[in-house]
Amino acid sequence: MTHHNLLAQEADVPADQPTTGPWWDWAFAWEILPDMLTAFVQFTLLVTVVGTLIAAVLGLVIAILIMVLPRPLAWLVRWVANFIRMTPIVVQLILLFWAFLWLDALTIGIIVFGVHYATYMSEVYRAGIESVPKGQWEATTALSMNAVRTWRRVVIPQALRSTIPSLGNYAISMFKDTPFLYAIGVTEMVTLAVGEIGGTTFRYNEAVTIAGLIFLAASYPTAVLINRLEKRLAYAH
Amino acid sequence: MDWLEEQRQHLQALSDFSDRLIDGLLTTIQLTLLGGALAFVVAVALGLMAGAPSLWLRGPARVLIEFFRGISLLVLLFWMVYVLPLFWMANPDLPGEGLVRNTFLIGVVALGINYGAYGAEAVRASLTTVSQGQWEATTALSMSWPHKMRRIIFPQAWALMLPSLANLWVHLLKGSAIVYILPGVNDFTFELNNLRRPTDIWFSHALVGLVTYFVLALILTIFMQALEARAKHKLGRGPSLKEILSPDPPAIAPDAASSSTATLSTEKGSQARGETDASQTTGGGAR
Repeated sequence: MTHHNLLAQEADVPADQPTTGPWWDWAFAWEILPDMLTAFVQFTLLVTVVGTLIAAVLGLVIAILIMVLPRPLAWLVRWVANFIRMTPIVVQLILLFWAFLWLDALTIGIIVFGVHYATYMSEVYRAGIESVPKGQWEATTALSMNAVRTWRRVVIPQALRSTIPSLGNYAISMFKDTPFLYAIGVTEMVTLAVGEIGGTTFRYNEAVTIAGLIFLAASYPTAVLINRLEKRLAYAH
Repeated sequence: MDWLEEQRQHLQALSDFSDRLIDGLLTTIQLTLLGGALAFVVAVALGLMAGAPSLWLRGPARVLIEFFRGISLLVLLFWMVYVLPLFWMANPDLPGEGLVRNTFLIGVVALGINYGAYGAEAVRASLTTVSQGQWEATTALSMSWPHKMRRIIFPQAWALMLPSLANLWVHLLKGSAIVYILPGVNDFTFELNNLRRPTDIWFSHALVGLVTYFVLALILTIFMQALEARAKHKLGRGPSLKEILSPDPPAIAPDAASSSTATLSTEKGSQARGETDASQTTGGGAR
């Protein structure tokens, strides 16, 4: 997280440069592009990938817990999940950031995104598990499989298949939410664009526009791919 | 005793700050209602365009939807705050400079077009889910386009799209929290940060903040479920709101009531909504 301080020194732009001048400065855009891409890979992608992994695993755990726990506990887990899902991720980020000051902001961000999206994904998993035909459950009883084997070998493999596209959509959604990390000062791409580059040079135009283009360039093809995957999985049924 | 004393101080701070917190809450509610209204208009307009057979309507709608959906909400906000005024700086004669300088308005517009683009997908998907026979029947009766939309297609699509729109509205409420970063928008999250200083973080953000947002989201959800129950009743597919809310429900009510009032994720509720969920995932793209 230190290289952005370097950036302010490296950039040969005086801090008091007025915002007039060329409306779009290609040289300046070219100069900040490497730093923006670095921030993109270092923070935006990192949070998205690790957050999605946490969400995918934890979401499945939540979905299974709600189905296997005795009723009062299941009810508790479900409402805690609902509570996390129906409250703003920004407030959650600020809360955990100030509550656990000894953890660094990036870790907090990854945990909050992972847990928040786990509550969404648990709903997807639940729908997937419910779509497993009743006959499959009956067959496991008939074969006197134990619970662990039933879940691991029969239910989860069938449930997962139909959930993959929705999980992908939530991963894209998380990707587009990562700039919320601005609220706790993680210098991901948008924070870099506005806080560091804009804040030191007073040129916001190029940085913010490049950030938007990078988001479009990354999220649109992924969305198209997931749509195709979804159609293919739908036909295969 | 220390703990009690601390709580007493927190409550004191809460009452000292209550005016500002309520102002912030009102700002958040305004953002949610105005942003939601704009999002709805955008969603219906773009959704109808994206579902139209003509490429001249479909093409621009698709570009706008993918653009406003693919760009992140925060990027959109920053772009509107920092880049849009440059057009006015370059030519000072352009009218409406006050509008681009109004950060609250920028918040409403950014929320509206971002979530409206998501909503457009829900509208389009629910239009295609209305059964083919209904479309054919309107053609057979040679209904005009406004007539068939208003009387036949949209009322059926409306019942289908409401669950997705309800989800998106809750998303918009939660998304409105980020608008606090704009100068001059003192919404609930902004005022929570003021409350944080005299109290501790768990009191301000967890107890006051998250619980308030949760209650707001529950109110939105229940309101939208009531709308959905009403839409279904009008199509002759369920009990009326009066029947659902009556203290001694008739024989059919338990099933229907549980699907509409037991809010979030009861098994019956989600089964009843299964078809729209499916339409949302097939047409929904990235959300």
